[in-house]
Amino acid sequence: MSIEPSLNRAPILERFGKTIEDLGTAHGIDVFVAPPETIVEFCRFLKDHSELRFSFLSDICGVDHYPETPRFEAVYHLYSLPNRWRIRIKCRLGDPPEISSVTGVWRTANWHEREAWDMYGIRFLGHPDLRRIYMWEGFEGFPQRKDFPLRGYRDKLNPFGAEGPPPTQPDLATRDIP
Amino acid sequence: MTEVTELTRPEGEALNSKEVLLNLGPQHPSTHGVLRLVLQLDGEFVERVDPHIGYLHRGTEKLAESFTYTQIFPLTDRLDYLCPPSNNLAFAIAVEKLLGIGAPIRAQYIRVMMAELARISGHLLITGALPMDLGAMTALLYVMREREMIMDLLEMITGARMHTSFCRVGGVREDLPDGFFPKIREFCEIFPNRIRDYERLLENNRVFLKRTQGIGVISAEDAIDLGLSGPNLRASAVDWDIRRDEPYEIYDRLDFNVVTRTEGDCYARWRCRVDEMRESIRIIEQCIDQMPEGPFQVDMPTIAFPVDKERVHCSMEALIQHFDLSAYGFSVPKGEVYSAIEAPKGELGFYIISDGSPKPFRMKVRAPSFVNLQAIFGVTNARYLADMIAVLGSLDPVMAEVDK
Repeated sequence: MSIEPSLNRAPILERFGKTIEDLGTAHGIDVFVAPPETIVEFCRFLKDHSELRFSFLSDICGVDHYPETPRFEAVYHLYSLPNRWRIRIKCRLGDPPEISSVTGVWRTANWHEREAWDMYGIRFLGHPDLRRIYMWEGFEGFPQRKDFPLRGYRDKLNPFGAEGPPPTQPDLATRDIP
Repeated sequence: MTEVTELTRPEGEALNSKEVLLNLGPQHPSTHGVLRLVLQLDGEFVERVDPHIGYLHRGTEKLAESFTYTQIFPLTDRLDYLCPPSNNLAFAIAVEKLLGIGAPIRAQYIRVMMAELARISGHLLITGALPMDLGAMTALLYVMREREMIMDLLEMITGARMHTSFCRVGGVREDLPDGFFPKIREFCEIFPNRIRDYERLLENNRVFLKRTQGIGVISAEDAIDLGLSGPNLRASAVDWDIRRDEPYEIYDRLDFNVVTRTEGDCYARWRCRVDEMRESIRIIEQCIDQMPEGPFQVDMPTIAFPVDKERVHCSMEALIQHFDLSAYGFSVPKGEVYSAIEAPKGELGFYIISDGSPKPFRMKVRAPSFVNLQAIFGVTNARYLADMIAVLGSLDPVMAEVDK
């Protein structure tokens, strides 16, 4: 089996050329910016395409660009086992951040998305079980956001925390998850 | 060998028992750390499993945003604490890619050699701990004896036994000490026989085989879908090893086999690791034989401390650079990188976003144990509670890495 040295982007651009933005190659990984509403379709296409076959989801993570807008980003790292290609998909999200879940495409997305929800408050629509994963139930705020202090907020459990209330609205953290 | 019987409930024989919720952990010997599994039981059958993690969450990623790149090395040590050199290596490679530099060849050999020592140390633990969880205590005592030898070797190189923090951006901290090669050659000579000992101890142990063979089978499709990597994936007949498929450092100069199994059960996952230790020994031997002379650090005073301290004492420029580097760290050009290595547990990736300052804007750790633990959903349906222990042990999650 011959291995293509770099990603064959023709099928991607042919199908999604109008909606996605091609940022070229950065340190060996091809980067695309996709609109959040197409993420599930785009991922499924990459996974099922007979040549591309991005069957392995390495990672999903959130990024907070506070105070820039759009503030949030969801970043997907995919790997193609037969071709040995890697690809990065970035989705720029507003505030509050919402994006469709890719748990229907890869089961492994489940915990990655729970982590991004827990740490950044990115709501993954259609996720079967979007609960906090690291922090405890009832924790307020999203700790990895840039406006969340490193020491946390002062309360009876954390006497060394920073002054001030959690910046996020409590109803966002406790609202029922769709 | 032994025939494998499928453990399913007999048709029409519903157990007259109420469903029970059982907490396994957070302090249970078989969870190897602080993992809590909430199990919904029907009699002895596990109907549903809900892992609760985060008991060891230290906020590594958040902390990293306020640390300089050199200060992050000790944080990476504490991810998979069984094999810190691998974690150091993964982080160093990611930062070096951003900087556009590479470590000198000698440093790369030292790093790879240490990463393979770490792999053996990590695999040794599961080789002994899985049988221990299933009731065979002896193996653990045997593997600890050999693990001690690796600890001694690491202590000889770095001065620390567990948290070595030996890699630096652009090389390693120090050169190998005098008298190191005879020691490691001795280890390479002894160790293959010891692997044979473990096999003799466990390969024909009927209880161990009965409790692992055919238990917790994960198919290749499921394994990819669940994001498994490393030996857990290779045990399900997926031939993927980042060391061979995307070679980093000097792995393309080394000759080694990628161990795969076809069964995908607990025994295959255990077996894969035992065989991988043999390959690691081969890699270490090649590293020793090929180890070139030369510098162990890049000669870039703005990134690495000068090897020759005299320069700092005699030149004002060098002194300023030295002070700058210790006080503020070095700046990394703006950019993003994702770089993954084959850590003992699987694909360990670092995604770093740099905004041009001496501290990362965002560092995401793709922790293999975190993803591997998730596979517990894929294998536990309608299984005995006792099998959970075997499945958990064979997936080999290290809770420090799961919780980051």
